[in-house]
Amino acid sequence: MTSKILIVEDSKASRELISATVESIPGLEAIATSSGLEALKLLPQHAFALIITDINMPDINGLELIRFVKTNPTLRDTPLFIVTTEGREKDRDRGLALGAAEYLVKPFSPQSLEGLVRRYLKLA
Amino acid sequence: MNSAGKALAEFVAEGTEILESLGKELLVLDQQRGVEPEPDIINGIFRAAHSLKGLAALFGQERIARLAHQSEDLLDRLRLGRLSLDDQVLDLLIESLDVLQALLAEAAREESSDALNERVKELGERLANLGTASAAADEDPLDRLELDPQVRSVFTEYEEHRLRENVRRGVALFRIRAAFDLSDFDTGLTELNVRLKPLGEVVSTLPSSEPGGLSGIAFDLIFGSRVSEAELAAKLQGTPAQLFALTVRPSAAALVPVGSAPETPAAPLPLALPPAEAPAAKKTTRRKPRASKTGAGSSTSAEDVAPADAPLVKASSLRAVEPVVPALPASDTSSLPVVRTLTEEPVAPRGPKAESESARSLTQTVRVDISRLDALMNTVGELLLIKANLQRMAESARVDAGVTLSKVWGQDLSRETRQLERKLDALQEGLLEARMVPVGQVFDRLARLVRRIAREVGKEIDFVIGGGDVELDKLIVEELSDPLMHIIRNAIDHGAESPEARLAAGKSRRARVSLQAEQKGNHVLIKVSDDGAGIDELGVRELALRKGLITEAQAREMSRRELLNLIFLPGFSTARSVSELSGRGVGLDVVKNNIGNLSGIIDVWSERGMGTAFHITLPVTLAIIRALVVGVSGRTYAVPLNSVLEILSVKPAEIRTVERREVLDLRGTTLPLMRLARVFNHPERPADRYFVVVAGLAQERLGIAVDELQGQQDIVVKSLGGRLQGVRGISGAADLANRRTVLVLDVGALLEEGMSSERRRA
Repeated sequence: MTSKILIVEDSKASRELISATVESIPGLEAIATSSGLEALKLLPQHAFALIITDINMPDINGLELIRFVKTNPTLRDTPLFIVTTEGREKDRDRGLALGAAEYLVKPFSPQSLEGLVRRYLKLA
Repeated sequence: MNSAGKALAEFVAEGTEILESLGKELLVLDQQRGVEPEPDIINGIFRAAHSLKGLAALFGQERIARLAHQSEDLLDRLRLGRLSLDDQVLDLLIESLDVLQALLAEAAREESSDALNERVKELGERLANLGTASAAADEDPLDRLELDPQVRSVFTEYEEHRLRENVRRGVALFRIRAAFDLSDFDTGLTELNVRLKPLGEVVSTLPSSEPGGLSGIAFDLIFGSRVSEAELAAKLQGTPAQLFALTVRPSAAALVPVGSAPETPAAPLPLALPPAEAPAAKKTTRRKPRASKTGAGSSTSAEDVAPADAPLVKASSLRAVEPVVPALPASDTSSLPVVRTLTEEPVAPRGPKAESESARSLTQTVRVDISRLDALMNTVGELLLIKANLQRMAESARVDAGVTLSKVWGQDLSRETRQLERKLDALQEGLLEARMVPVGQVFDRLARLVRRIAREVGKEIDFVIGGGDVELDKLIVEELSDPLMHIIRNAIDHGAESPEARLAAGKSRRARVSLQAEQKGNHVLIKVSDDGAGIDELGVRELALRKGLITEAQAREMSRRELLNLIFLPGFSTARSVSELSGRGVGLDVVKNNIGNLSGIIDVWSERGMGTAFHITLPVTLAIIRALVVGVSGRTYAVPLNSVLEILSVKPAEIRTVERREVLDLRGTTLPLMRLARVFNHPERPADRYFVVVAGLAQERLGIAVDELQGQQDIVVKSLGGRLQGVRGISGAADLANRRTVLVLDVGALLEEGMSSERRRA
């Protein structure tokens, strides 16, 4: 039984790195998209064990996605990580205030992401 | 390719894409100097720098990551209104783009030069030191906007800034709620954005977790409107959108004393005037203060579920607000920037395309290495040969009495061959189209170069671009960059006069350099022209004599045009001063060779005091061409059909000699003649009739005499290696259907040869 992880990130290279890191953990499947709107479409289609989202995206921003998830009765318990860049502390803090569990500062090492994913999904 | 090489190629490809879009956006800003830039454009540029930084950091490209980060910092200050967009800022951004491109080129070659490292360091310092943070505002305009704190908490810093700007400028703000079905909400939302975009600014799109239905999703769009509420409502007719006005309390400063004149901001316009710089008594907004609206219902939150009946609109609390358009300064050419880039095509409207693109580009576009397309093209070439053989077999089966085949089978074979031919044509055309890119890709890069050069030499230039959407083979476009750069450098360095010299000559202060592309059948004509001093052909003659490039006798016989063409000779340079632009030992002969390698031809026109124009004529593609197969002295050659104008049948008696040059009379004009056998030193056979292939490129015409015509064929031209590589008049080799390999003539080089033969014989 695989657990699905939703990745929302508009940079192709980052998206692929996050997907590859997630899928290096046995039992996890990454479903990735470059747009917040596409993420809204995917949310009702799968039961995601975790959502990893960037903040600055072209259509709807990551904060709005976090708020949407956290105010939706069926989604609100899904843990959510923010992927952010240095110098955007204000946006990051808002994400955490809205209910994001963790944040990763780009560029991050695959090991740090893997550690966080394992911790939140209670994987050895 | 190993995995490290693959990763690098992936990085370079994505980096190139980002820089290209960055270049396009900067060009839009450049073209709109003096006009307040669209926030969307600034944000787009910021996002591109941001993406590049993340990408470079991910691939360990530290230099690119650092410079992208420093550019991003500057852009962030710009989009958040902490810095004004003036010429200095724009020039610095354009310079950063140039350096980023140079860094990417080095990364692709896995190099790291000290010179570039130094430039990155120096540029980074300038980026960091540009502009100063504005003083804190006494009052945050956002505090005057009645908005649910819950909603405010999801705005990013940038969205907050845009909202603040709209409030500060007195733009009417609305919440537009629209509910869609889950299955197609993105389409609905895109359509809504299409309607809204021309009417104002969508500051934020908030998905609501309280949708209007079981399988629906609702969105609240926070919208700053440039039109009246009534007009906005009318435009939204037929959409599921409902309009709600957001209340803005008047600021204390809006209570302007009667009689105080509004201030007109001076250019360049800041993206946002820091409040500290706008004294209370001199508000730029012309909006009348409104009575404060308080009371139930006046404050609307995004979480309000829309009533089923008519939307809540407060006509009393909102009036149509005239958009505040700051006045531009009076036209004064002396205050114009050093370089203005003008385009003859309207700047593409930045509509909702961007929104739909972001989600769809991944599925609509595939990046393919050009070498893969080359390989496919070779396969097509081989298929063409098989097809030609099949046609030959079908034909001989039909006419050869010795072959006993059923008539029906022969007809079937012919029909299938024709079918194959049609499909192959379609495949070939599709492949050629896949290789095509707009020549504008190179033009955009050159526009930035013009700015830098003009600044270095102290000239004022209007750079005009046209025909950027004309398409050429990717390989040709890539190879065009250097020759065009060289010619444009010459136009600015030697052609354009200083502003003072121009005024003294009765010309406008600003010189005009123009770069135009134009489709001419299966060729593309690229013109680089300037309205500068022109070329002094007597000076050219003198220099050519001094350098021993021509003799006195030759010089005496030369027409003005032939004298002008001397500038293309190796070792010729008219540069009086050695500058970075013109003193590097690279002359127009290299440009001419580069164009020649692309089977193109370059020509120059010049009028003293009026200007100079270089015309470059290029084939649309080099990958696969239709050729005329000719025979001379028992050997076979292929002539690209795109440069063949007509074919004549000529008796030896019709060939005349004028000034030791063989010519033909062609409908009243004199056509220079060249015997192909003599060009390649083949033994000439006596003949009572020659075929003359009339070839032409640009303005040049030449008759090429051959013994026989063997028909037409599609060929894939392959470059020559080894000893044959430098043979003048040969552009490559090709396989013919009968499995023979033949040489392909370089018509451009032969035309050159024909033009200069008189000089050589003199």
